[in-house]
Amino acid sequence: MSDPDPTPTEPTPVPDPEAYELTINGRTRSVPSAWLGESLLYVLRERLGLPGAKNACEQGECGSCSLFLDGVLVNSCCVLAADATDARIDTVEGLADGDQLTDVQQAFLDAGAVQCGFCIPGLITTVHDLLDRTPTPDQLEVREAISGNLCRCTGYGRILQAVEDVRARREAAG
Amino acid sequence: MSRTSTTTRDRVRDGLGQDADRPDGTPKVTGAFAFSSDLHARGMLWGRTLRSPHPAARIVSIDTSAAEAMAGVTTVVTAADVPGKATYGLEHADQPVFASEVVRYQGEPIAAVAAEHPELAVRAIEAIEVTYEVLEPVTDPERAMEAEPIHPDGNVFRHLPLRHGDIEATGEVVVEGTYEVGMQDQAFMGPESGLAIPADDGGVELYMSTQWLHVDRDQVAACLALPPDQVRMTLAGVGGAFGAREDVSLQVHVCLLALRTGRPVKMLYSREESFFGHVHRHPARMWFRHHADRDGHLVKVEARLVLDGGAYASTSSAVIANAVCFAGGPYRVANAHIHGYAVRTNNPPCGAMRGFGVVQSCYGHESQMDKLADALGMDPVELRLKNALKPGDELITGQIITGTAPVREVIEAAVAHPLPPEPSDDDPAIALPGGAGLTAERSDVHRGVGFGVGIKNLMFSEGFDDYSTAGVLLELDGHGQPIATVHCASAEVGQGFVTLAQQITRERLEVEQVMLRPADTAIGSAGSTSASRQTWMSGGAVELACDAVREALFERAVAHGHLALDDAEHPLFDLRDGQVVEVGGSGSIPLVDLLEEGPIERTEVHRHAPTDPLDQDGQGNAHVSFAFAAHRAVVDVDPDLGVVRVVQVATGQDVGRALNPRAVVGQIEGGIAQGVGLAVMEEIVLDDGRVRNPSFTDYLIPTALDMPEVLATVIEQPEPGAPFGAKGVGEPPTISSTPAVTAAVRAATGLELPRVPIHPEDIALASAHDG
Repeated sequence: MSDPDPTPTEPTPVPDPEAYELTINGRTRSVPSAWLGESLLYVLRERLGLPGAKNACEQGECGSCSLFLDGVLVNSCCVLAADATDARIDTVEGLADGDQLTDVQQAFLDAGAVQCGFCIPGLITTVHDLLDRTPTPDQLEVREAISGNLCRCTGYGRILQAVEDVRARREAAG
Repeated sequence: MSRTSTTTRDRVRDGLGQDADRPDGTPKVTGAFAFSSDLHARGMLWGRTLRSPHPAARIVSIDTSAAEAMAGVTTVVTAADVPGKATYGLEHADQPVFASEVVRYQGEPIAAVAAEHPELAVRAIEAIEVTYEVLEPVTDPERAMEAEPIHPDGNVFRHLPLRHGDIEATGEVVVEGTYEVGMQDQAFMGPESGLAIPADDGGVELYMSTQWLHVDRDQVAACLALPPDQVRMTLAGVGGAFGAREDVSLQVHVCLLALRTGRPVKMLYSREESFFGHVHRHPARMWFRHHADRDGHLVKVEARLVLDGGAYASTSSAVIANAVCFAGGPYRVANAHIHGYAVRTNNPPCGAMRGFGVVQSCYGHESQMDKLADALGMDPVELRLKNALKPGDELITGQIITGTAPVREVIEAAVAHPLPPEPSDDDPAIALPGGAGLTAERSDVHRGVGFGVGIKNLMFSEGFDDYSTAGVLLELDGHGQPIATVHCASAEVGQGFVTLAQQITRERLEVEQVMLRPADTAIGSAGSTSASRQTWMSGGAVELACDAVREALFERAVAHGHLALDDAEHPLFDLRDGQVVEVGGSGSIPLVDLLEEGPIERTEVHRHAPTDPLDQDGQGNAHVSFAFAAHRAVVDVDPDLGVVRVVQVATGQDVGRALNPRAVVGQIEGGIAQGVGLAVMEEIVLDDGRVRNPSFTDYLIPTALDMPEVLATVIEQPEPGAPFGAKGVGEPPTISSTPAVTAAVRAATGLELPRVPIHPEDIALASAHDG
């Protein structure tokens, strides 16, 4: 039985513009002869083998494709890849340090915040963004900050618990 | 979460009763987990489906020539290219792979294409020219029952009458009501997707997010005219399911494209297409009349339930059976007379969604219980306690409850939770109804409290041969340590079966290392991940396979003379601390020694106790087991604006035994979210058969700001006959949370509100009218 190969296919010969480069998680990646209409989400997922950002709606409503563009949290489905050539792109794949999960990732596991997991990469990046900007959010601030990330499995209870756990741990650590 | 009892065993690390970690947890938080939409194969093409824009039409002609001529478009297929059976379906094969003569719902597939790029595939389907003769759609199920059949199989999927006791009985107090439920969508996050790879033997390999690999395989094989063993399916990462992946969506299409082109083909629905590509929850119109004596004892329930099944059968006949069987609710009802109809219309097809028919009837019977309490001048909770089912009671189907039925306990647990603080002027504006819209004024806000109780059958009913298969391999790893590998086709859809399979195996075999093979069709069916059944069914199959491995270990120990056989016919052995030991004796032998001569592998099939079909009066022992939950909801409402904020939901839930308490809480909270959604926001809006809101912009599901605080108590009363005493926990939270929220909004507004979801205009316009 042949397994699906996670390596992206060769660029399609259909549209044929200039190649361009993207800087992702500190590495420069070449995107040869891609169609210029492709979203950043599509290029990451289908051309560069980085499927961590998810494609739940591809119209900017669900937050599952959240990543950082020059440090700003964006929905990558609504960004043209070819428009991100000068930006620093940081995705969920770049968060953990090897096998060492971030405190947010570990807290999601410990709190039971993960079920199907499709929304989780977007939520992990969003929670990192929140806690970097607002280290001690109250519950309503947390709810508002993650309200652009739809989750259908959890009802958000364990996710809120995970955020609270990280907040408390970071506060205790000073 | 508070718990009324605990049966935790700590003998085995991450065994049963403990908050064991998910084996797929780390890849899911790092982005490494492969969902079906993440798959790639070298040289793969992109598939796309052309769908009907009309709910009802005759197809005059289909011209694919322009699409076929496009550069980068590899193939175009229509009904004429389906080599095998032209139709498929879970219970009745009435749904065409592609429509060829008529279309019966908006979104029905007409053709599919494969192209080098997804954008090219979109352009190719736009280039297919279809000439339709548009017909008037039949969208009202009442009308459909009388109308000309819109399908050769007729317009009534099932009429199920139920007569129990004296159907002429009357009560001193009678309340009546008609209630409606709108069409809810499962709205899982991971859109439908699959990757089909043509195989050298002429077959196909399909990597797919689904709830039931084997029925997918059988339907694909029949439509492709292949023997089932030439359709090999492997579960790809599933981004939620909730019933929407039980029916075939793109499975046949993507395999057909792969076989036609000889290349791997990936299909991935957009969110909009997903709204058209799977079945929804049945909309319902329900009339109820409840009779009670002056003391509040239920005397009779009468009901007429009409479910709109949409254009194709899917699971409609089982959904209506659930709606009818549980129309009395979790109460003792001596007499009942009910008619249920599941009807074909030109609306989108409806099928499985969490709660499966009981969501609809629970909303009806709980609305009636409140009405009855009001007519009796009785507290609604007291009325429910007075009528609560208990073990040994009879359901309206004539079935006696032989297992546990802690209805009183779940009600008492739900109301025992503290109420939230009263609203205060100090509350931030975002905490008012309308939330981030900052629209409501604190002085206009009214608070209400409501209550609901539900019953749900677990597993498949009505005589269905319901089973699961699991294999367990026990061997030594490269370091000489025991390692178990579990193989089961049970679909992990997020609920945590993978965790449970490991917990059971650790517990039964006392091994720390438990691996899971991918779920695939190389082993027998595990049945569907639905009906709250996998903990019981596949959990039971894993247990049986583990026990067979244990037996083989014991036989090996005896055969090699390690353990003395005394003259007893059935010497007792046990596995303890990595040793096979003689119970009551002194002999023991390390597990690793027994495995040195080779691995042990056993595959077992697990069936639940058989059930019977329902007779002509809807009577019979049709169900296996029942789970119960109660919900108390607190809401704030601004009646002028019609906006609702659900402040708190408190629940008591019957779980049998919590095998992974943390995962149980996740199911309870997630299920309540879907119940809250149905109560106040979620509806596929139809206009003459057309879906008006196929996006997350317009189909709203609860966000973190919409979700209330949830307080949960699990009631642990081990269920006789259930593996480890555990009941499925997925569905009950979704069932009675909807009527609880609705009742709370009624209490806050004084309005009747006989329809869910309650939209702002339902409140605002009625309030304006009343005021």
